[in-house]
Amino acid sequence: MSVDAATVRRIAHLARIAVEEGEVEHLQGELNAMLAFVEQLSEVNVEGVEPMTSVTPMAMKKRHDVVTAGDDAAAVLKNAPESADNFFLVPKVVE
Amino acid sequence: MSELTALTLATARDGLKKKDFSAVELADAHLVAIEKARALNAYVLETPERAHAMAKAADARIAAGKAGPLEGIPIAVKDLFATEGVRTTACSHILDNFVPTYESTVTSQLWRDGAVLLGKTNNDEFAMGSSNETSHFGPVTSPWRRKGSNVPLVPGGSSGGSAAAVAAHLCLGATGTDTGGSIRQPAAFTGTVGIKPTYGRCSRWGIVAFASSLDQAGPFARTVRDAAILLRSMAGPDPKDTTSADLPVPDYEAAVGQSVKGLRIGIPKEYRLDGMPAEIEKIWQQGCDWLKAAGAELVSVSLPHTKYALPAYYIVAPAECSSNLARYDGVRYGLRVPGGDIRDMYERTRASGFGAEVRRRIMIGTYVLSAGYYDAYYLRAQKVRTLIRRDFEACFKAGVHAMLTPATPSAAFGVGEKGQADPVEMYLNDVFTVTVNMAGLPGIAVPAGLDAQGLPLGLQLIGRPFDEETLFAAAHVIEQAAGHFKPKPWW
Repeated sequence: MSVDAATVRRIAHLARIAVEEGEVEHLQGELNAMLAFVEQLSEVNVEGVEPMTSVTPMAMKKRHDVVTAGDDAAAVLKNAPESADNFFLVPKVVE
Repeated sequence: MSELTALTLATARDGLKKKDFSAVELADAHLVAIEKARALNAYVLETPERAHAMAKAADARIAAGKAGPLEGIPIAVKDLFATEGVRTTACSHILDNFVPTYESTVTSQLWRDGAVLLGKTNNDEFAMGSSNETSHFGPVTSPWRRKGSNVPLVPGGSSGGSAAAVAAHLCLGATGTDTGGSIRQPAAFTGTVGIKPTYGRCSRWGIVAFASSLDQAGPFARTVRDAAILLRSMAGPDPKDTTSADLPVPDYEAAVGQSVKGLRIGIPKEYRLDGMPAEIEKIWQQGCDWLKAAGAELVSVSLPHTKYALPAYYIVAPAECSSNLARYDGVRYGLRVPGGDIRDMYERTRASGFGAEVRRRIMIGTYVLSAGYYDAYYLRAQKVRTLIRRDFEACFKAGVHAMLTPATPSAAFGVGEKGQADPVEMYLNDVFTVTVNMAGLPGIAVPAGLDAQGLPLGLQLIGRPFDEETLFAAAHVIEQAAGHFKPKPWW
């Protein structure tokens, strides 16, 4: 499988990465090189094989449903590019 | 090099205990060495004030008879570990000014045991790379050079700064992370020891996430013993990481020096690649001979899905990275580039904040997870991963205790030499190490010799799940036979 220019633009959009028109061709080449490389997986017989879901066989650990951290808005907001009154500020999303 | 920076971690520990020198003196000697070695670009942030304060506190604890196992030992930390109050960037422009308000579990355990922070080390951006060339802070230059040449070489990656700092005696040990070989490959390139423990052995909490089912932390050091000492402090269960294993941490140092008599060491035939340099082949054979001479039994084994590990990795790792790196959106932390609306702001922020390699991997990951392609790529890759693990399990079940392979397909290469035209060329560096991450196993790289150009070559030992002890014992045998390798200072 390989990607065309329109697919590159669509992926960039899905990934929320702005791509200039002039970069599309180059990116297309790189992505297709990677896709060509992984193409060899299609020759593996995976009939009846379970996909790996846990790296080391272990039961999922569960913690008690209690508050362990929180109530520290100042720490949460400390690295925010813009904030006010304990909220993150973003460009207007609702007209 | 001063006397104090020439010490191993273990001898420094003993010297501190006997009060031959103080932790402050030890930290100072390293800070001086770091300042002189700035040409290597190994550190992206030096923390001399913090080092002084921590060393002073260590001296006080030593005086009070309350020394921890790493009391007063100066170390470097890869810039992927969140350090409270100390800038942590993953060497990405998107985290330029990020100062964590929390400490990663692994580093907090190092400080608990008395270690001293010298600074944060360079790495490939978000740990994506095999040469430390994708860092926003620029490449690390290896302390090693080819005989009679001034060509700058890469230290390997992604933990290139940590490997270079250890090799150049700019710390007694360092932390790294390994997703596809990011500890073992730079260790091999710099003549240092690096271990990626079993998945789940070290907590991933507070480490900038790349591919969560593959990432593991581990130490770099100049000797097997030093690596064992560091891993004991770094490892252990953590309620904040549900994938951390609830297992007691053995005294790894006690495994160093244990006999390998009777151990069955597997030699996987699929690791003998076409066109592999004769020197790699030779050092591998040498490793076999050393282990055999020490009483181990060598057996030929087969891991038939080996060749599919790297392509499967380049589906799984980008898929997980595209998901993990979705958090960098210019809202909660890091860089923000203003845009016309919120979507425009996201897209501009991410286009400007991520480097080319990271953008490429996010895009591939986004593609393989997108509607209509998930089954063909991601699901198939995870099935292949099961087969890779089964290969190893079958060998271990048949009585193999560990396996010996080359660590890398070549010695270190020059800055700018690889991956310019085709990214896959760079990815092939991890061909021997990536299988271990895919199967969640422990792997150690240990220096085994120098090539004709005078550059270090490493061997890799792969172990059974949670059996790092056998790796330390066997690696020590190789270390005893091969000796230690030190770059000649030119910086």
